Amino acid sequence: MATSTVFVALFIFAVILLVFAPVMTWVERKQSALMQDRIGANRAEIFGFKALGLIHPLADVIKMITKEDTIPTGAHRFIHLISPFIAVTPAVISFAVIPFGGSYEMWDAKFSLVVADLDYGVLYLFAIGSIATYGSMLAGWAGNNNFGMLGSIRVSAQMISYEVAIGVTVIGLFMIFGTLKLSEMGVLQQQTFRVFGFMQYLGWVAPGTKWIDWITLPMWGIVLQPLPFFMFMTALMAENKRAPFDTPEGESEIVAGYFIEYSGMKFGLYMMGEWIEVVVISGLLAAMFLGGWSLPWLPEKDLIAFLSKPFGANIANLMAMLLAVHVFFGKVIVLIFFQMLVRWSMPRFRYDQVMNLGWKILLPLSLANIVLTALGILIVQEVTRA
Amino acid sequence: MKTALFWIFSVAALGGAVGVVGNVRNPINSALNLVVSMLALAGLYVLLEAQFVGLIQVMVYAGAIVVLFLFVIMLLNLRGSGTSGAEVQPLVKIAGTALVAFSGLFLVRVLASGRAPWPDVDPSYGTTRAIGEALYTDYVLAVQLAGVLLLAGILAAVVLAKKRID
Repeated sequence: MATSTVFVALFIFAVILLVFAPVMTWVERKQSALMQDRIGANRAEIFGFKALGLIHPLADVIKMITKEDTIPTGAHRFIHLISPFIAVTPAVISFAVIPFGGSYEMWDAKFSLVVADLDYGVLYLFAIGSIATYGSMLAGWAGNNNFGMLGSIRVSAQMISYEVAIGVTVIGLFMIFGTLKLSEMGVLQQQTFRVFGFMQYLGWVAPGTKWIDWITLPMWGIVLQPLPFFMFMTALMAENKRAPFDTPEGESEIVAGYFIEYSGMKFGLYMMGEWIEVVVISGLLAAMFLGGWSLPWLPEKDLIAFLSKPFGANIANLMAMLLAVHVFFGKVIVLIFFQMLVRWSMPRFRYDQVMNLGWKILLPLSLANIVLTALGILIVQEVTRA
Repeated sequence: MKTALFWIFSVAALGGAVGVVGNVRNPINSALNLVVSMLALAGLYVLLEAQFVGLIQVMVYAGAIVVLFLFVIMLLNLRGSGTSGAEVQPLVKIAGTALVAFSGLFLVRVLASGRAPWPDVDPSYGTTRAIGEALYTDYVLAVQLAGVLLLAGILAAVVLAKKRID
């Protein structure tokens, strides 16, 4: 493995685990407080410094690590022990295939801002996501608790149902881009297309009309597949089991659901896993639907060529790389905020509603989307050939 | 590196398989051993440059089918009610022993036959594109037939389930 890959891997690990996950506990508290007209976390302090409540994540960690770790009688000790780790590992390793920048050469070193640029990147994510089911499912069973049992039955049914929807909703996007490689998708999304180009084909405008070339849109996933973007996000959020899809935990019905018998840091691992998954979902959505690391109407190649003139190729690549990282994580942060907004605005769905949404709405709609996309691709091929 | 991984995955696959049949007390343990075996097999596929097959193995078998097994075991609450060895018929016992002995002999022969070199294939081998091209050109009839078969299976499941509800 090249040194730059190790560097990239450590960078992403640090960003996700040490920055996003702990700070998100604070953001979530503050945002919910804002939405409910409260003040939010503001009590924890070090020598009188409260830092807007930013000390709270630290206090949480100390509390969780020092708390007694209970194992209920009649529990399956080994499975009870490993379940939290099975739950959190997939979340941590799934960011490996999500590119947060392109490929940059500077001073004889090559930086590809993705840990593993796999040819089948999206499939890897789906496979890892399907393994994550075990962590939650076994947790409820191993604790020898009826509420936990109900939770784990709910969680397994829900996650299997939404895995189907997750896989099928994005097939349209794969058909358009013709690749499963997330970094290739990022490059393809830097293209633009002419919105009214079809008018030329139909002969509605005189040949050589200028304004047609001016009105363009970036070929982002959300522009080409607007409905699947929302369906995919819904399915991913359901897979992550956060409100409004948190029937497996459903405090008012089954106390805490599948992780009812966990205390201390093992409980903390479930929370961490959920938060990391929020980041992964945002990263995946940004990479597939929101143009990845690029700004709209600004292909990275042109940007580097433009910057190379005054600054030279090395500095231009460095600047493009820094811009890409900031743009990508900017999009991720916006998507995280959006997910939290949903989490604090919607009441929990009933369990049968969750199932109906997955099987009777998302699945048929995404199947219809595949047919429509295929037709659209045929039409576009016909138009562009002429 | 590859050889070391091969041994790790092989031992895990075989150990998991033994664990599936060996755990007569607790069906959940059997199912979990099955997961280990499936994941190890996926690792072996990836080592053989068949990454797509490996990932589908994880996604379909480890991620969906065994989850459904576990789901059913949990739903029926089969905790600690497995069949013990005494209830198995003698004929089944003899057949099982013979099968294990035969596979064991086969395994020993394979292991004794020496080490084959790791395949030296071009990078396009085993990619999603190559598999897609093969499936939708040369083997399109088989894909269609499999699709029809699956559809028939789904319809049968719906009919059976609906009969119980009505």
